[in-house]
Amino acid sequence: MSNAILNKENLAASAWRYRIHSPKIARKRQAGQFIMLRPVPETERIPLTIANADAEQGWIEIIFQVVGRTTMFLSGLDVGDEISDIAGPLGHPTRIEKFGRVICIGGGIGVAPLYPILCSLKDAGNDVTTIIGARSKAHLILEKEMKEKSDKLFVATDDGSYGHHGFVSDVFNQVQDAGDRFDSAFVIGPVMMMKVVSSLTLASGINTVVSLNPIMIDGTGMCGGCRVTVHGKTKFACVDGPEFDASGIDWEELIRRLKSYQSFEEKERNEHQCALVQ
Amino acid sequence: MSVSETKSMNRRFLRTPMREQIPTIRKSNYHEVPYGYNEEEAVAEAKRCLQCKKPLCVAGCPVNVQIPEFIRLIAEGEFDAAAKKLKETNALPAICGRVCPQETQCEGLCIVGKKGDPIAVGNLERFAADWERSAGKVAVPPMSPKNGIKIAVVGSGPAGLTVAGELSKKGFDVTIFEALHEPGGVLLYGIPEFRLPKEIVKQEIDYLQKLGVKIECNFVVGKTQTIDELMAEDGYAAVFVGSGAGLPSFMNIQGENSVGVYSANEYLTRANLMRAWQGTAKTPIFKGKRVVTVGGGNVAMDSARTALRLGAEESIIVYRRSESEMPARAAEIHHAREEGIIFHLLCNPVAILSDEKGFVTGIRAIRMELGEPDESGRRRPIPVKDSEFEINCDVVVIAIGNKPNPLIPTTTPDIEISRHGTIVANEADGRTTKQYVYAGGDIVSGAATVILAMGAGKVAANTIIQDLLS
Ligand SMILES: Cc1cc2nc3c(=O)[nH]c(=O)nc-3n(C[C@H](O)[C@H](O)[C@H](O)COP(=O)(O)OP(=O)(O)OC[C@H]3O[C@@H](n4cnc5c(N)ncnc54)[C@H](O)[C@@H]3O)c2cc1C
Ligand SMILES: Cc1cc2nc3c(=O)[nH]c(=O)nc-3n(C[C@H](O)[C@H](O)[C@H](O)COP(=O)(O)OP(=O)(O)OC[C@H]3O[C@@H](n4cnc5c(N)ncnc54)[C@H](O)[C@@H]3O)c2cc1C
Ligand code: SF4
Ligand code: FES
Repeated sequence: MSNAILNKENLAASAWRYRIHSPKIARKRQAGQFIMLRPVPETERIPLTIANADAEQGWIEIIFQVVGRTTMFLSGLDVGDEISDIAGPLGHPTRIEKFGRVICIGGGIGVAPLYPILCSLKDAGNDVTTIIGARSKAHLILEKEMKEKSDKLFVATDDGSYGHHGFVSDVFNQVQDAGDRFDSAFVIGPVMMMKVVSSLTLASGINTVVSLNPIMIDGTGMCGGCRVTVHGKTKFACVDGPEFDASGIDWEELIRRLKSYQSFEEKERNEHQCALVQ
Repeated sequence: MSVSETKSMNRRFLRTPMREQIPTIRKSNYHEVPYGYNEEEAVAEAKRCLQCKKPLCVAGCPVNVQIPEFIRLIAEGEFDAAAKKLKETNALPAICGRVCPQETQCEGLCIVGKKGDPIAVGNLERFAADWERSAGKVAVPPMSPKNGIKIAVVGSGPAGLTVAGELSKKGFDVTIFEALHEPGGVLLYGIPEFRLPKEIVKQEIDYLQKLGVKIECNFVVGKTQTIDELMAEDGYAAVFVGSGAGLPSFMNIQGENSVGVYSANEYLTRANLMRAWQGTAKTPIFKGKRVVTVGGGNVAMDSARTALRLGAEESIIVYRRSESEMPARAAEIHHAREEGIIFHLLCNPVAILSDEKGFVTGIRAIRMELGEPDESGRRRPIPVKDSEFEINCDVVVIAIGNKPNPLIPTTTPDIEISRHGTIVANEADGRTTKQYVYAGGDIVSGAATVILAMGAGKVAANTIIQDLLS
């Protein structure tokens, strides 16, 4: 049945991979696209990247981190359960071509959306160096998959529990110091990470693409809640993006807008934790 | 003239009033504002109709509802027959009775209006449809035998619903594809509960499903499948596009992306579709103590009145022309005033102000005066020099218009698009430049009205029947 969860796997601390029966989306989706998903009617519609898909078998995969109420509800579903609503594939696909030497940098749950881009870049014949990072070893996802596809893979953890001790930006600097040069960069992760890392890649003259994750409601261009400023112009991330040229992004605005509902979300989380304790 | 004669004269020219929730109470609940006529009131109002031989009212109705005929049936107490008469030309009378701009259509032309109050056609329409529904008299009409021809309808707003109903009755196998998770279009996510109860929309949709119409939600045509794929791979013989004008316009002024600035679509969607107003709802919305809504149409009135119901202490409308140019229905402006909405007319925001965290603190506006009429025929607003002033507020809702959603235009290469982004379709038959693809409603006309969308749907349905069955 459509939207049924076929497989559920815990990838890391509070990060899950779901395989979902969704033949239409599986057939159409391309790297860089996402779905709008509502686990059960009492929750919000949230955007999640399509991390993988098989057109023949008719499934898509999502990888998500539990950060608030909706993702918590989602993580409570099990194999066989049907997700209430899934719409997609949405957003523009990643512009993939043979760039030559490409660097992919992913942080935290951002490694998930990076994976399909990496696969497409390899299919197009690029030489890809990948750097992935996480808070700690327990939070790191997709190391095996990224390693299989990348020509070179580097790993960093903030606390040094695995790989390089430090941030992905440090690793990028080291790779560059070692003399590696790149024609193109893809950077996906928390906003602060994308801001910092893309400033480094841009400073090295590398064309850099980031995938923005503003709050979305419909995901079809109807509300404008996802608006971001790129090169001084207002764009709707759901239909004009989610990927944009990193050089023109108003990061401060994006950070402010992402924090819009913080007070509501904290209240939600506290209520939930209470419910969990009881 | 004797006293009793004057009295009966007055009755003739005075409209039977509609009972309503009183403003001080209704502004903090979501229940519908007018209660609707009871049977006696409806009969009394219907008896005022002169039953004109050449009814002017009908000429004002975009779908030619047989107005004197249905009103006569109400006057005779044949309420069920009145509803059936309405439905011969208008599939959604319970909705139209509530949201049509009657004052510029049927009621605007009614002959009685020359001497007194025009006949309350809208109230009577609503009465008949509500009566039929609550009496459980809604019946499936005679259906043609199934012809097995598959038709795809894009969008479940009034245009799409109308096409689907008409074609299903004629035996076609109709599927509506809707991008959102619930059907209804603007009727659902835009127009608020207190003006159009969602239960009514739901019942109309249930009715269509009884006629055999299938509805597939969460299906974004152009993305999930394109129109070409629906036709070539899934065997749809024709496609009707009723995807509406869902893309909100912004003003492109400084501070517009501050936290607390919403498009009306986002504000109303959070309130309606995601049910931010219900106790169980989890979609957050800034309730705002002082809310400024920019615009003068129905969308602006709905946003400003929703703000009150979400708990705003003051809800302010800022509009750049004067009241007489406001495109909103007269009833909405009247209701908004009664509820205490503050109108700042003849002024326009030039910037949105915010604090260091990016949260809205107010707007800076400039006063306007009216100059020569522009292409819309309304007098053009011109800024008055050195007249800027500030209004404090913590939420701003931008309700200055919607443009057509570009999803279909950009994914259907061989369909002609106007320079406004609308799909080019022939008004007389609903045909687009692509064979067997038809379009109507806001995607063709730009943001307009429910009844025009339904009218366009009806025209297209007739053409589809002609093109495919002959
Ligand atoms: C195009 C796109 C693709 C995405 N892909 C993925 C993905 O593949 N995997 C994944 O785990 N997440 C992804 N996200 C982020 C995901 O949508 C949010 O984590 C989710 O909406 C949170 O919902 P919630 O109700 O659980 O949390 P909430 O209670 O809404 O929020 C909890 C915390 O998350 C933050 N937050 C809320 N919305 C977002 C958002 N859109 N982006 C980032 N932080 C947010 C809040 O500020 C808050 O701190 C994507 C976002 C976008 C826009
Ligand atoms: C707040 C508000 C108040 C209004 N008040 C009034 C009023 O009082 N009286 C009046 O007459 N008019 C009013 N209008 C205008 C009226 O609602 C519209 O003119 C009418 O709904 C247009 O109908 P439609 O069928 O063309 O499109 P819509 O009602 O906009 O429906 C289009 C549907 O198509 C869906 N869609 C879009 N793209 C796709 C896609 N690619 N794939 C699948 N589905 C898609 C959308 O999600 C939507 O559900 C109001 C509008 C608003 C926003
Ligand atoms: S114009 Fe007025 S009085 Fe004449 S038929 Fe129409 S509603 Fe009745
Ligand atoms: S999420 Fe509503 S316009 Fe992008």
